Amino acid sequence: MAGSTLAFPSAERRAYSPWRETWRRYRRHKLAVVSAVLLAVLIAAVVFGPLVWHVSINDIDVNSRLEGPSLAHPFGTDDLGQDILARMIYGGRISLAVGLAAMLVSVIVGTLVGALAGMSRGALGHALMWLTDLFLSLPQLPLLLLLIYLFRDGLKAVFGPEGGIFILVVLVIGGLRWMPVARLVRAQFLSLREKEFVEAARALGASPLRQVVRHILPNAVGPVIIAGTIDVAAAIIAESTLSFLGLGFPPDTPTWGRLLYDAKDYLDIASHWALFPGGAIFIAVVSINFIGDGLRDALDARKVI
Amino acid sequence: MLDTELRTLIDEVKDGRMDRRAFIQRMIGFGLTAPMATQILAIGGVAMAQSPSPYKPTRRGGGGPLKVLWWQGPTLLNPHFATGTKDQDASRIFYEPLGCWDPEGNLNLVLAAEIPSIQNGGLAVDGKSVTWKLKPGVKWHDGHPFTADDVVFNWEYARDPATAALTIATYRDIKVEKVDDLTVRILFDKPTPFWADAFVGAPNTIIPKHLFADYKGAKSREAPTNLSPVGTGPYKFVEFKPGDVVRGVINPDYHMPNRPYFDTIEMKGGGDAVSAARAVIQTGEYDFAWNIQVEDEILLRLEKGGKGKTIYAVGGDTEFIALNFTDPNTEVDGERSSIKTKHPLFSDPAVRKALAMLVDREAVRKVIYGRAGRTTANFLNGPEKFVSRNTSWEFNIEKAAKLLDDAGWKPGADGIREKDGKKLKLLYQTSINGPRQKTQAIVKQACQKAGIDVELKSVVASVFFSSDVANPDTYAKFYADLEMFQIPLSQPDPALHMRRYISSNVATKENKWQGPNFPRWVNKEYDATIEAAESEVDPVKRAALYIKCNDLMYQDTVFIPVQHRLKVEACSNTLHPVISGWANETDNLHDWYRGEA
Amino acid sequence: MGQYVLRRLLIAVPSLLGISLVLFVVLALAPGDPFSELATNPNVPPEVALALRAKFGLDDPIYLRYLHWLLAMAQGDWGFSFVSRMDVDTLILQRLPTTLYVIGSAQLLALLIAIPVGVYAATRPYSIFDQIANTFAFIGFSLPTFFTGILFILIFSVTLDWLPLVYTTDINATGVQWLIEELRQAIMPVVVLGLFQAASMTRFVRSAMLDVIRLDYVTTARAKGLGQTRVIVKHVMRNAMIPVVTLVALQMPAVFGGAIVTEQIFRIPGIGSLLISSILANDTPVVMAVTFVFACLVVFFNLAADVLYGWLDPRISLR
Repeated sequence: MAGSTLAFPSAERRAYSPWRETWRRYRRHKLAVVSAVLLAVLIAAVVFGPLVWHVSINDIDVNSRLEGPSLAHPFGTDDLGQDILARMIYGGRISLAVGLAAMLVSVIVGTLVGALAGMSRGALGHALMWLTDLFLSLPQLPLLLLLIYLFRDGLKAVFGPEGGIFILVVLVIGGLRWMPVARLVRAQFLSLREKEFVEAARALGASPLRQVVRHILPNAVGPVIIAGTIDVAAAIIAESTLSFLGLGFPPDTPTWGRLLYDAKDYLDIASHWALFPGGAIFIAVVSINFIGDGLRDALDARKVI
Repeated sequence: MLDTELRTLIDEVKDGRMDRRAFIQRMIGFGLTAPMATQILAIGGVAMAQSPSPYKPTRRGGGGPLKVLWWQGPTLLNPHFATGTKDQDASRIFYEPLGCWDPEGNLNLVLAAEIPSIQNGGLAVDGKSVTWKLKPGVKWHDGHPFTADDVVFNWEYARDPATAALTIATYRDIKVEKVDDLTVRILFDKPTPFWADAFVGAPNTIIPKHLFADYKGAKSREAPTNLSPVGTGPYKFVEFKPGDVVRGVINPDYHMPNRPYFDTIEMKGGGDAVSAARAVIQTGEYDFAWNIQVEDEILLRLEKGGKGKTIYAVGGDTEFIALNFTDPNTEVDGERSSIKTKHPLFSDPAVRKALAMLVDREAVRKVIYGRAGRTTANFLNGPEKFVSRNTSWEFNIEKAAKLLDDAGWKPGADGIREKDGKKLKLLYQTSINGPRQKTQAIVKQACQKAGIDVELKSVVASVFFSSDVANPDTYAKFYADLEMFQIPLSQPDPALHMRRYISSNVATKENKWQGPNFPRWVNKEYDATIEAAESEVDPVKRAALYIKCNDLMYQDTVFIPVQHRLKVEACSNTLHPVISGWANETDNLHDWYRGEA
Repeated sequence: MGQYVLRRLLIAVPSLLGISLVLFVVLALAPGDPFSELATNPNVPPEVALALRAKFGLDDPIYLRYLHWLLAMAQGDWGFSFVSRMDVDTLILQRLPTTLYVIGSAQLLALLIAIPVGVYAATRPYSIFDQIANTFAFIGFSLPTFFTGILFILIFSVTLDWLPLVYTTDINATGVQWLIEELRQAIMPVVVLGLFQAASMTRFVRSAMLDVIRLDYVTTARAKGLGQTRVIVKHVMRNAMIPVVTLVALQMPAVFGGAIVTEQIFRIPGIGSLLISSILANDTPVVMAVTFVFACLVVFFNLAADVLYGWLDPRISLR
């Protein structure tokens, strides 16, 4: 990447390592930088928030229910009088952690399976596709019930109640969303492995692993990034669906998806209750997407920045 | 109250010195339900009255369509297989019982010609038989005549274990014989004060012999009319899609004059309670919606639209928190919550009493149930006659804290109380249900303030209420310290309801956790009182015994009652439904009409 | 190609059998009870519940139950629902037309929106159109359908009173009036679901197009003097369609499986709501039948996608 096409003569004076080059190209993508900052702010808010905003998350105040934003409650209160800002900060940790972790699980597993299937010309490819079809056919709810019933206590014993549920939720959500990624990656690989530049690399003696990592994968990464950003939103919502079914975090844990679900019947009475968590999910998704865009442009050898 | 006192009161009513209603109110004061009170009067020789009919229209039909929403969609139309009220409600559109209960607790005649009483010889003086006279000239929807043979057949059909009818308990211990084509006699082996159970109400409607005779016993599931009912009811069957829709059309030969009012009926299923309320109250697309379990806040807001309203009926349903008397965290012979263990924290009565003081029933009522809830200290909240006046409740965090302090539970470094190395940490579980989760949050908060750490858990309803032996999350296994739900009072008589908690009914691994005594509470006095109540003939003495049972539970703090829940329905402003707290919503369907708001 | 297709179809049969076995085992092991409502009913003695379980063969070992199921399926008997006491195929067929109509229209709408918008946005990256399209796409898939569904109901049913909020399968009208009523009640669910699908698909189409637009042969085509439209449609789209075809193939089985949340909100009696209520009631025969058909569709459509790759990109060799 470095040294392929130098845009400015002045650049000749410095020798960039590939990673620094990537970072430099990334920095040129304004939106990506802004998004990275935004995401960092969001993460900082949920991590350090409680140090600044001391209101309790489950202080039930029967007299100030469903109030709109005010000084005492900048995001308003819910139907039990609890402060929404505090609840969002607390729940945001879980939502963001689950969203990002589940997305990583689905993307990594999907890319691995897809790449293997896409490169293979024999039984392995068929077997992996059969596995993909199997997972696609599985009815999610009974599977979830089964997994939680089988593994909940074991995980709790090893990782503690919160940790155990977190791992279970991440594995379950990520583990049931890798299939589209695998199919997309495989499709890309099927097309890309026949292209001339790959053939050239092969002729030069590149091992299959090198072909994949240095040549094919960077070009196949487009749909993966899109899938990744969609997966973050889906994972945050899926977590709330799990808790609605009693399978995730306890019902009083105010994750963003759960807040949205609790607020849905009060849309015409107290729309602020839904607005803030919905907005937070939206911001998280948008920023991750532009970061992904920036990464793709930075890694794309053809693009001149 | 003694036998003679009761006789005196009844005589006063007979002579006209006391008003019926006053008598009923008196009985209610002793905890009897209105239906029970009227039955006492009947046994005492004062025939049941018929309330004036609320039905105004003067001709049959012409009322257009009736559209109702049952958000738990009915899945079958044979009343003997109904697994919940939704199926009974749907079946009741086409099938009918001999009589059904009205809001006052009086029997409304449907297929019966007159209400049995001592005077007309219908009720035996020794309480061991009831003779029903059937209405003449009633026809099934396909033209066949309705006779006593059909009634007897229903008894044979339901009592046969091979049929696997869910109504078996009602019909198993009685004998039904045909006296003539229009008369049946029901015989009981012991004197039965509550004689109006079999063939009364939506759960016990009558199916035709000529269509089901070939499908008794093991072949019961093959009957084609399981899915296309032929009954005697106000509407004839048109269409049924399980879980989705039930349709009926007016029965032009219906046996009650000027009824029904509506030309067609459509019962739509699916969705949730909030959108059902919206469809009736806000948009007016439907006329009636069943069982609106929604926060009152939302309902009040919806009603501002002005097309509909919520209506309430008082029954006996109580939402309660049960305490586990055994230890869920210790395994004995491969069984948790085993009767061989004692709960480490709840063995101390002070802890139980303190917990009872930490449930803010008033807040729960105000924030969640609103008009649909009443605060209560009693496990048994209905019928009125069984409601104890000896109990009370209060919500007081300081008092609870003091109680715990005095009993030796002092707050540790993390604020959680402990004694002898045992911390006050509790697991509190319930089924998935918005109002229930909110109640959990309210209780948890109060407990935290008093130094008790509570972890919440919610389980999918079909898992929580299942009888699956392998599943650890059922209410019967009770692998938790507290659990909260409701057992609906399905009849206006608490016998079966209270019988559950005798010592021999404790749920154990041995009986596959089928034993109904899930709190695993053992109390010899309670056992004795229940036994006495079941062999007591005098209904008033019986009521007093059940009140004592309720009080024993209160003293031992077996249950912490949270709310006495009313039935809530949504109804269009122009619809005049007839809803009784002692009957299913469609029990009096023939009397519904549309009129002035 | 023909040989390839034939071979794949033959392999599909054992692969489906394998899938059906796994499905059956998962369902058999999952906790829950078809007769849970009986548990709290004091009128029902426990023997009846146990007798019912035995009657429906719930206490037999798993392999036996699987074999029974397989043999029955082979003979065309799709099973008997515990909950509704009727044949499973009747249940499914009752709901099929509605599902195809509503969910199918939603998928179609999604495609009709996503492809043109995605393609056009890709030709003008970072323009106003592109920014707006992207923003709507982000909003679209960040908000779950239960949320947008209720929002639409509040706006169009409650406030404006333009559209009914409950879906009925039996409309009491004929001719044009019937058509209008059918459309009126279908608009909201179709739009809610369609927009949700369109949001993510637009992003994929756009990304796929962008990937291809930068390639050398496109520059060559432009250099040759071909018009923009021709370049896009003839050269770019065909290659960019590979990820799109993959996605559409992944979505197609859902047309049969329904959309659980949307059906729930609008009370559409589709297969999705049948599935979820059967799962929650542990009505295993119904769940098994629906998921098996779903599995067949998954295998079939993925096979179709693989065949299409060969046609879209001739260099792809499938062996």
